[in-house]
Amino acid sequence: MEADPLFLSRLQFAFLIVFHFLLPAFTIGLATYIAVLEGVHLWTRNPVFLRISNFWIRIFAVSFGLGVVSGIVMPFQFGTNWSRYSEITSNIIAPLMGYEGLTAFFLEAAFLGVLLFGRKLVPPWAHFLSACLVAFGTLLSSFWILAANSWMHTPAGFELVNGIFIPTDWFAVIFNPSFLFRLMHTVTAVYLTTAFTVIGVAAYYLRGGRHVEESRVMLLMGIGLTTILVPLQLVLGDLHGINTLEHQPAKLAAMEGLWETGPGQPAVLFAIPDEQSESNHAEIAIPNLASWYLTHDSAGVVTGLKDFKPADRPPVVPVFVGFRVMVAMWAIMFLLTASAWYLKLKGRLFDSPRFLRACTWSIPVGYIAVTAGWVTTEAGRQPWTVQGLLRTADSVSPSLSGGDVIVSFVLYVIVYALIFGAGTFYLVRLARRGPRDTTEARDLRMGDRPARPMSAAIESEQ
Amino acid sequence: MALDLVPIWTLILAIAVFMYVLLDGFDLGVGILFPFAPDEASRDLMMNSVAPIWDGNETWLVLGGIGLFAAFPIAFAIIMPAVYFPILVMLLGLLFRGVAFEFRPHAGSHKHYWNGAFFAGSLAATFAQGCVLGKYVRGFAVRDGQYVGSTLDWINPFVLAVGIGLVFGYMLLGATWLIMKTEGALQDWARGKARIALYGVLAFIAMVSIWTPQFEPSIAHRWFSWPNMLVLAPVPLITAALAWWVWRSLAGRQDFTPFIGAMGLFAMCYLGLGISLFPYVVPHAITLSDAAGAPQAQAFLLIGTLSLLPIIFMYVGWSYWVFRGKVRSDIGYH
Repeated sequence: MEADPLFLSRLQFAFLIVFHFLLPAFTIGLATYIAVLEGVHLWTRNPVFLRISNFWIRIFAVSFGLGVVSGIVMPFQFGTNWSRYSEITSNIIAPLMGYEGLTAFFLEAAFLGVLLFGRKLVPPWAHFLSACLVAFGTLLSSFWILAANSWMHTPAGFELVNGIFIPTDWFAVIFNPSFLFRLMHTVTAVYLTTAFTVIGVAAYYLRGGRHVEESRVMLLMGIGLTTILVPLQLVLGDLHGINTLEHQPAKLAAMEGLWETGPGQPAVLFAIPDEQSESNHAEIAIPNLASWYLTHDSAGVVTGLKDFKPADRPPVVPVFVGFRVMVAMWAIMFLLTASAWYLKLKGRLFDSPRFLRACTWSIPVGYIAVTAGWVTTEAGRQPWTVQGLLRTADSVSPSLSGGDVIVSFVLYVIVYALIFGAGTFYLVRLARRGPRDTTEARDLRMGDRPARPMSAAIESEQ
Repeated sequence: MALDLVPIWTLILAIAVFMYVLLDGFDLGVGILFPFAPDEASRDLMMNSVAPIWDGNETWLVLGGIGLFAAFPIAFAIIMPAVYFPILVMLLGLLFRGVAFEFRPHAGSHKHYWNGAFFAGSLAATFAQGCVLGKYVRGFAVRDGQYVGSTLDWINPFVLAVGIGLVFGYMLLGATWLIMKTEGALQDWARGKARIALYGVLAFIAMVSIWTPQFEPSIAHRWFSWPNMLVLAPVPLITAALAWWVWRSLAGRQDFTPFIGAMGLFAMCYLGLGISLFPYVVPHAITLSDAAGAPQAQAFLLIGTLSLLPIIFMYVGWSYWVFRGKVRSDIGYH
């Protein structure tokens, strides 16, 4: 079989964006958390917040570095592998990415330097301001990149001239029909990812009886945030789903595993969708429920996949499975938050070993949820890069051979395995060491000012 | 159609790419010099001298790439697939050297792996950028607005030579940056390395200047026809004067002059390149105005660029100001 540059380019893009996105999924929320900790410390002068902040800043530096370098790879993919897409959509997509660079990347990079290295060089308020601007930069970045991504799902504000997209109304381009739903859903998701990471790390120390003061603060702050965001995410997810029903009905049918159009659609809890026979095997479903939550009427009509030509249908299995994995992760988040409140009311929040162990084991839930959600929405857009207007098959660079993409893909996989493997190793080691070590090393360093740089880190290694 | 935005976008893109070459140039250069440093303490200082600013420097690469994508999409769609492998090598190199900044301090006894990654990544990224530049000067096979060459067309003696030339170029920027940021034995070492890099740079400038007109008659005509020869004469003359100035300053005790002179050399080469290739954005096939994106898109991004770039220059300048002076060993967050 001839290697297919289209399929391989899709695989490469999916691989690169999934690994890249694991980092922003953590650092967007963490940047805000650090800014809050720095602000509370500036306000109350309570050193526990400074210790927590210093601890997370070290973790942030490593994660953000990984996020930056894996992010630089992304815009070049557009040119190298998707040159047709680039040429056809550049007038819409490129200015949005340009604004991301101008408003977010420089802000993040310049003030990150001050946040990481400048605590002794600038006044405390300037250091706090730097933390706020880094956090603000990460949110601006989400705004622009999700505007561009949403436009691919629900294009608006353009006309097609000689097969090229020309913008006619920038407000309509940016605030396209799915943008605000996607933005709110995604930002909430990444905040939850950070919250459950912080909760899980705090629970790990509490179980070992270490860093108790810091861990209690972290756990309380984390549960406080998830108490608001977990229920909110249910509402936002539902709104986003209804928006998908309106604008991308084929994706929604695949998410729900619905083949036939009709009223009173069931919510399919489990099934093995079969694209050949256009039906589900081993289906377990609750009658009428999907119509109820999608149309808010248990007899509402929802379109099934058979209403779309096979060539216009997304691949059903990844969309169907991705959606269920995402919802399952939400259920775990809900159970953890509810358990936390139950234990809090009984006064046992900090000393239930089972709950603390569950929290630590649940650190991955946010990352799994955002990845599954990403697979659902992006695979659900197929076979289009711009929904209904530009096919993925017409987007790939014509000059590429399958062999070219095999070489690049294999190299990316090897390099990412090395870099993400090492990164995970160092992050886990930093997290295991915990906050107090930082301040001890810092005090030591303040005292005798060793000549060697970074000696605090090196000393604590030895 | 009111205003032609192509000239201003040409200028903005030229500035963004030049900012990238200068800024990431010196921190990539520090990476290339890394394994030759006298000792591990010097390496720590070298890395500290660029650690707070390197990712801001690399942001100019993203801005340059996206700027080309936005302002001249046809050029972006032709050039990127043509330099598929150099771009791949550059990105993989930048990945390794970028994470080395964060991993090395945590690596304990494995520190030397990340020393190696920092060096190899910097070297590979620089060489690959040089190959992109060399291929750019050689030109691209284009028919009906599409790239019709293969992904291996860039393999060519001239292209590879420019790759090596840029390694010396970034080494010069890196070494003169270190002269500015360090003192004592490390500074003396950097002066020695800057001298070697300067010889390399001058040799490659001479070689490329002789070689390019051989294969590209339009460039030969631009430089050697009358009265161009007279009008353009200052370019090689100023370059020669700058080279002499840098060489002199390396022998003396000045801290800042070598870096400023090295930047001047880059500016002159860049100017020479612009003069040689104008008005092509895909040499020697597609002009700037033929590759331009829709005016609506160019105008929309221009508003943001013109209002935000000055602010960016201000706060990036401030972050450089915070870390001014000789590099300190005690400002890390680790």
